[in-house]
Amino acid sequence: MRPFTYSRPGDIAELRRLLATAGDDARLLAGGQTLIATMKQGLAAPEALISLAGIDELTGIRVEQEALVIGAMTPHADIVRSEEVRGRIPALTTLANEIGDPAVREKGTIGGSIANNDPAADWPAALLGLDAVVTTDRREWSASDFFTGMFETALAPGEVIVSVRFPVPRRGAYAKFPNPASRYAVVGVFVAEGADGTPRVAVTGAGPVVFRWAEAEARLADHGFRPDALDGLSHPENGLNDDIHASAGYRAHLIGVMTRRALTRLAAADEAAE
Amino acid sequence: MGEVNPIEIELTVNGETRRCRVMPHRLLVEFLREDLGLTGTHVGCDTAQCGACTVLWNGRPVKACNTLAVEAAGAAITTIEGLAPSPKGIADEAAWHPMQRAFHEHHGLQCGFCTPGMIMAAIGIAERHGDALDEETVRAELEGNLCRCTGYQNIVDAVLAGARAMTPAAQRGDG
Repeated sequence: MRPFTYSRPGDIAELRRLLATAGDDARLLAGGQTLIATMKQGLAAPEALISLAGIDELTGIRVEQEALVIGAMTPHADIVRSEEVRGRIPALTTLANEIGDPAVREKGTIGGSIANNDPAADWPAALLGLDAVVTTDRREWSASDFFTGMFETALAPGEVIVSVRFPVPRRGAYAKFPNPASRYAVVGVFVAEGADGTPRVAVTGAGPVVFRWAEAEARLADHGFRPDALDGLSHPENGLNDDIHASAGYRAHLIGVMTRRALTRLAAADEAAE
Repeated sequence: MGEVNPIEIELTVNGETRRCRVMPHRLLVEFLREDLGLTGTHVGCDTAQCGACTVLWNGRPVKACNTLAVEAAGAAITTIEGLAPSPKGIADEAAWHPMQRAFHEHHGLQCGFCTPGMIMAAIGIAERHGDALDEETVRAELEGNLCRCTGYQNIVDAVLAGARAMTPAAQRGDG
């Protein structure tokens, strides 16, 4: 790994002062589970790392009106352990518990994951599926504006994610087909029925960036949240990722399978609740 | 680039407060093995996949090859050497951690290279699930620890037995 300078501000005001004087090549360090590995491989070589680990206000989970607010530096494992999350949006518990492996989940954070916006990451599907809001030190982004492309987000240079606000839906479920080695999503689908009844189907892993499957959402609006609402519908393979892990055609097929699987989980959760 | 200098950090390693100077790009696993001489923490893949470098960070398992030493400032790190603190070292069987004893009794190893990381990960599994632990959960949560010798059967048995031995009832002797 190439040498770099390191600083660890204690609050957001100090962080902003450091960012104002840092060069263009400074990077923010969250849990480091992607960034450190990338730097070890020489794929990233920032001149300065600014650690977010000392900023307490970035960590924690709270309930705010009809929403869950999760601090950017909250590790995936804390989200798995949270009774507030399990009680209100259990699909987030499931999703967080399937990221990487237990040791990676203890350090990796939700903010780090969405800032990196890996096309196969899980959190983007939850944010887009639940119509979440990303709060930064200077504004709020809706999930649909935030994820702009492969490893690209709407964040301006030096803009810091503070938290993610998930509106509590009527119900939601996540189903993913994990790569057996990395546990990243070959395809992952988050299906939600919003508080106003609107269906949302968000797909990660399949394309360059998370996207909604509008045709499936229309079917659910017309026929209800049932796997057979999608009968005869398949996703085209145009524009999907095609690599050593899976062909575009296979990913297109998996989108249909994972969407139906998420719908089956929704129905099972309803039966369990009755 | 500004001049890169070592940074002074204070942390707890195996219950002992240490004050050290480390370069920002020093990995936690390099710091433990090369600066502190705690070579029980192993480097297998060096890409955060195999889990041989797993240590406990404030009681929770993390991969020391994918973490900077400077980030551990203020943290309490436990390595395999810290599980059985005895002046006689690992030869003192009476001091073994229940999970170490379980790996010994169930022969949850062959070459032993993955074992320190396995035991740290296993302690994390036991802490997360306690009495409710079952075989399926053990197998799922050993995802981040690779063993290329055993086929895992004895490791899974050891984790289940070690987790039972770590419950409060077993620790009191009435379990």
